[in-house]
Amino acid sequence: MKDVLKDPKAYKELVKDKNPKPKLAKNLIMAFVVGGGICTLGQLIQNIYIKYFHFPPDRAGDPTTATVIFISGLLTALGVYDKIARHGGAGTAVPVTGFANSVVSAALEFKREGFVLGVGSKMFILAGSVIVFGVVTAFVVGLISALF
Amino acid sequence: MTVRKGKQTIVYTTKPVILGYGTVGGPKEGQGPVGPYLDKVYPDLAMGEKSFELAERQMMVSAIEIALEKASLSRSNVDFFIAGDLLNQIISSGFSALNLGAPFLGIYGACSSFAQGMLLAGILVDSGAAEVVISATSSHNNTAERQYRYPTEYGAQLPPWSQHTVTGAAATAVAVRGEGPRVELATVGRVMDLGMKDPLNMGVAMAPAAADTIFTHMEDTGRKPDDYDLIVTGDLGKVGREVVMELAQRQGYDLSRNYRDCGELVYGMGQIENAGGSGCACSAIVTLGMLFNQNYKRLLVVATGAMHSTTSCQQGENIPAIAHAVSIEF
Repeated sequence: MKDVLKDPKAYKELVKDKNPKPKLAKNLIMAFVVGGGICTLGQLIQNIYIKYFHFPPDRAGDPTTATVIFISGLLTALGVYDKIARHGGAGTAVPVTGFANSVVSAALEFKREGFVLGVGSKMFILAGSVIVFGVVTAFVVGLISALF
Repeated sequence: MTVRKGKQTIVYTTKPVILGYGTVGGPKEGQGPVGPYLDKVYPDLAMGEKSFELAERQMMVSAIEIALEKASLSRSNVDFFIAGDLLNQIISSGFSALNLGAPFLGIYGACSSFAQGMLLAGILVDSGAAEVVISATSSHNNTAERQYRYPTEYGAQLPPWSQHTVTGAAATAVAVRGEGPRVELATVGRVMDLGMKDPLNMGVAMAPAAADTIFTHMEDTGRKPDDYDLIVTGDLGKVGREVVMELAQRQGYDLSRNYRDCGELVYGMGQIENAGGSGCACSAIVTLGMLFNQNYKRLLVVATGAMHSTTSCQQGENIPAIAHAVSIEF
């Protein structure tokens, strides 16, 4: 018999079905419920801005986003957001709340290194690539729409 | 005198004594099965310090003090201090050495540092170069998370094969004479790479190193797994342990009766949702705390470590791993 410890291919074969399967159905349902819940909350806040603060519907999105980001930042600082995310998965990562969480958690983590080298430069350690590629994509799409 | 047997095994002819040992843990560890055996349990992760790095250092210093106290030794009795941890430039060890004031040898074996430190302490004592050597290691969940993975409060869903870094520290006082468990044999491991790349799946990456060290130890010494009351690996977790069992079976060794993994023993049911504990403190607090108090006659500790860094992983390299074995007689 071939020695598995000298053969990466045979080893890969051996461990292939050793990993427990992620609970796909449960994760999908939880992502749908939690993600949907966050969006429903956002809609509720938007409706409040339209109804009670007399925002025009097409402009009520801005204060809504700001409010949801604030809530996410607060929950991150209180140590709650990561616990929701453990079950929510993509449901908490995809909405703007996930983005806020990545920025606030990094800012909290690196506060000990000071405001300049810590908070200031490490804040976008996770969110940085989203911003970079978001801007690049927006530029390319904008260019295409301006040309055609 | 220290001599070599076979390819990789060290025989301590004087069998140095583990005169005292100290184990400390964080809140989660305190609530787990290992909790009742720990000398000191911190109620929160910050431990009254300004940063988690300082908290980790406090744990290591505390473990050293407890080990010295149990061994009825003072700081001036320590001939050499050996320590290793997971943080960049092993700062927990270096700063603890500053606190202790003893001549210091810093080591890095990732999570295998516990066995590596004891192995080297044994050599210093057995060779006659030292009367008392302190060997220590530590890990902290939050310092490891920020260095290897994400900020503490970042919401990430972890796969079921991931592991939870143990918060804790342990120190052993290895001495030339006295009463206590004895360091009898040690097998120095080789770095193994079988093409694993997932830094969240450490058990599978480290299992070959553990298996290789166990097999080599048996070949070098002519022993069988049954010659030990227990063979315990450091932090392979549930998945890695199953892989070692299968590798052993294929090699003709039966590990089904007396093989456990510290990563599986450290936390209880419902404490964590993934494959178990990991980190330098995992093998250290489980072995010294729990397993040293089980009336075993002979114990083989195989501490496992992954020799990657975030840089090597991000640059697409495989995760190499190592395992060192130390046989302890009671």
